[in-house]
Amino acid sequence: MPDLHLTQDRASSAEMAAVDAALATLGVTPAVVEETERLVRGGIHRKNERRHALLPALHALQTESGWISKGGTNYIAETLNVPPAEIYGVASFYEMFRVDTAPDHDENVAHVCVDSPCLEFAEAKIAELEADGTPIHRSPCLGQCERATPDHGPALFIQGRKAANSVPSDSSDLWDLPQKHEYGLKLLKNVGRIDPTSLDAYVGAGGYKALAKAFALGPDKVIEEVSAAGLMGRGGAAFPTGVKWRGVAAESGTKHIVVNADESEPGTFKDRTIMEHDPFSLIEAMTIAGFATGAQKGWIYIRGEYPLATERLQIAIDSARVAGFVGDGIARSSFNFDIEIRRGAGAYICGEETALFNSLEGFRGEPRQKPPFPTTNGLFDQPTAINNPETLLNVLPIMLEGGEVYGNLGTEGSSGHKLFCLSGHIAAPGTYEVEFGPTLRDVLELGGGVQGTLKAVLLGGAAGSFVGLDALDMPLTMEATRAAGASLGSGVVMAFNDTTDFDAVCVRIAEFFRNESCGQCVPCRIGAVRQHEVLVRTSGSKLNGELKLLQDIDLAMKDASICGLGHTASTAVLSAIDLGLIG
Amino acid sequence: MTSRQQPVAASETAVTISVNGSDVSVPEGGTILDACSAAGIETPTICYAENLTPVNACRVCVVEVENSRTLVPSCSRAAEPGMVVQTDSERVRHSRKMVLEFLGSGVDLSQADQLAPWMEKYGSDPGRYGESPETMNEEVRIEDNLYIRDYDKCVLCYKCVEACGDDAQHTFAISMSGRGFGARIATEFDVALPDSACVYCGNCVAVCPTNALQFKTEFDLREMGNWREEEQEVTQTVCSYCGVGCNLELHTQDERIVKVTSPADHSVTSGHLCIKGRFGWQYVHAGADEVDVQIGR
Repeated sequence: MPDLHLTQDRASSAEMAAVDAALATLGVTPAVVEETERLVRGGIHRKNERRHALLPALHALQTESGWISKGGTNYIAETLNVPPAEIYGVASFYEMFRVDTAPDHDENVAHVCVDSPCLEFAEAKIAELEADGTPIHRSPCLGQCERATPDHGPALFIQGRKAANSVPSDSSDLWDLPQKHEYGLKLLKNVGRIDPTSLDAYVGAGGYKALAKAFALGPDKVIEEVSAAGLMGRGGAAFPTGVKWRGVAAESGTKHIVVNADESEPGTFKDRTIMEHDPFSLIEAMTIAGFATGAQKGWIYIRGEYPLATERLQIAIDSARVAGFVGDGIARSSFNFDIEIRRGAGAYICGEETALFNSLEGFRGEPRQKPPFPTTNGLFDQPTAINNPETLLNVLPIMLEGGEVYGNLGTEGSSGHKLFCLSGHIAAPGTYEVEFGPTLRDVLELGGGVQGTLKAVLLGGAAGSFVGLDALDMPLTMEATRAAGASLGSGVVMAFNDTTDFDAVCVRIAEFFRNESCGQCVPCRIGAVRQHEVLVRTSGSKLNGELKLLQDIDLAMKDASICGLGHTASTAVLSAIDLGLIG
Repeated sequence: MTSRQQPVAASETAVTISVNGSDVSVPEGGTILDACSAAGIETPTICYAENLTPVNACRVCVVEVENSRTLVPSCSRAAEPGMVVQTDSERVRHSRKMVLEFLGSGVDLSQADQLAPWMEKYGSDPGRYGESPETMNEEVRIEDNLYIRDYDKCVLCYKCVEACGDDAQHTFAISMSGRGFGARIATEFDVALPDSACVYCGNCVAVCPTNALQFKTEFDLREMGNWREEEQEVTQTVCSYCGVGCNLELHTQDERIVKVTSPADHSVTSGHLCIKGRFGWQYVHAGADEVDVQIGR
């Protein structure tokens, strides 16, 4: 390599083999720079065709060596033609990559969730694991919130060393969905009922009929149906899906469908439910999205702490490809659409759509300035429709029943079905599906009711807000929550009873945002720290004059931050103060 | 602060927007900041520079645009026909005040001379964050005789990263690293500069807005309490090393060169130089025994 400046450190043969294997899976070949060639480095330059392989290469290195070693970094730098300083910048961005020193052990590392509702069980579990000598990493929400019960304790994720990652509570059994025996489910109809690893089972349950319907309708009509259904994004922003698809369809050239499966909003686990137990539905739905918008390439960016979902999606993609449902000439049509999975590496901010693009492209997961929007300048700066898994799942019943019929479900401002993630002090936590309309009280009853005396409910996750008992009769619709100054967000309904230490809960929410801020813009990078400091020093006492400070911080973060993380970093804390839960 | 004057040529398509109630025209593709400058409105900027791609990270240049839910960074948002912009509304003043206040509470701004007047104008009070707000808390790094890095003064504006990378030097010796408040500018694994890809062009030093990066000559004089910027003379000349013809500005104090820069609007350099033009001036003062390039690697 004539042009990259590298330190003397060299990778071990095991590290090189691990990185090579990861790149071979992606079909990425090592960079070869001819002596006469003017080198296009891997900097911010978007034209480096190998840079998108950086995150997979780093995952391989971390698994092999337990850290991003200096020699391994140099090897990746040479292989992908990316400067080592930029590799370090990327690796140090993520929770799952260790960059400081080599670990002094060969053990797997146990990531223990310290966010609500796991918070109240976390320290006891950490003490227990440490007593056993298990290496620990305190983790933000791991997306297993339904498991946070006194029996189970906090969510755990095991980061493998020379071994696959795993979640101790994952099992190969069919999941015991709370609503398994209910009729009328549209989004969860396959969950817990059919083998999620069998394409035959999926087709037997009516799978791929929606794609056939889409082919019969043609791309334009598909988008018309989605628009007629009034489908709005289920990831939190509630943007009309039809508008997004129409925008991408109007563009030309290479286009992408990206599934934003970086489910990291504390309290959210519905997409994990879908991906683990009905992966084929997501594959079929994103294929329809590709057909409607004219995109040739589909990507699933899934959070790194979801090993079972990743495995089952890969099985689904592979078996669908064998059967002709993924790849060139899908179902003997002239439509080509391939799908690739990319794993995140632990960064809440990568759920922000433009940060996700940067992450997937092999850059730091920092949000981009909008405009331009993804529909014109998305992944690789090309037109992109990026959707949440639950949003895409809605497309299947829309195809099968027709947009107008589906649009008539629910309420005036919120059509169709919705998944809610029930957790906390509730009898039967889990993912629940309703037709839009039930009140907060109804939804809590669906989960078997609150355990103990209800004090507050966190709606929409850490980026959402607390509501009190006076909100129990509020319908959980987009319009009713908005009118009440709350938001549905990603569908988090986290119940807290009167035994809750709200000071601890709110300090942790503030800590979550200071840890997860990418650091790019000043208001969020420093504002989130100052907010956390105020909460720490006033914890358990009165806020007194500090409320004005929190409000000033909030306004600056809301107005001047680049992305939604900063915009919402104070919402939950301020709502807790309003309700008298803290301060 | 930086301002970029772009007079509208007759042949160019102009975009007209309203700024504080007055119509202002800028060439198509021009930014709100261009419009503000054209209207004679001064705008605070930190991460913006006319010779770098805007990263809109500092957020101190934000303005209020009608029908936009949040404020928008004027440095990087293109002016669109019919935009209605307010640069001095309550919301704008609040966010500018807070950005400067946040920085003042966590970063050593003692040598960020251009920020002081803005902090006064917007009433920033960095002292109101308790007794011990977390700060950058970094030691000065002196690794060679050409420039020093004092990340206690770093506002993470990305300018040095851009100058080292795509916007000028294409060396990519440094990157933003870490995340959140722990983010820092770093070489790979934070190795010392002489061990990194750094080629000592000094373009990062030239674009640093807070003196976190300083030429060693300046640093030493400041340490001795003998940095007298107001007395310094600036002499324009052309670099004598090769045939490119880079303009140099020699900053001299007590008849000795203390710093070399190049005008940001110069057609050849855009403000950027190489190691020879930037640091290869010792011979000017040399007795025959003093000629050496003091990289130290």
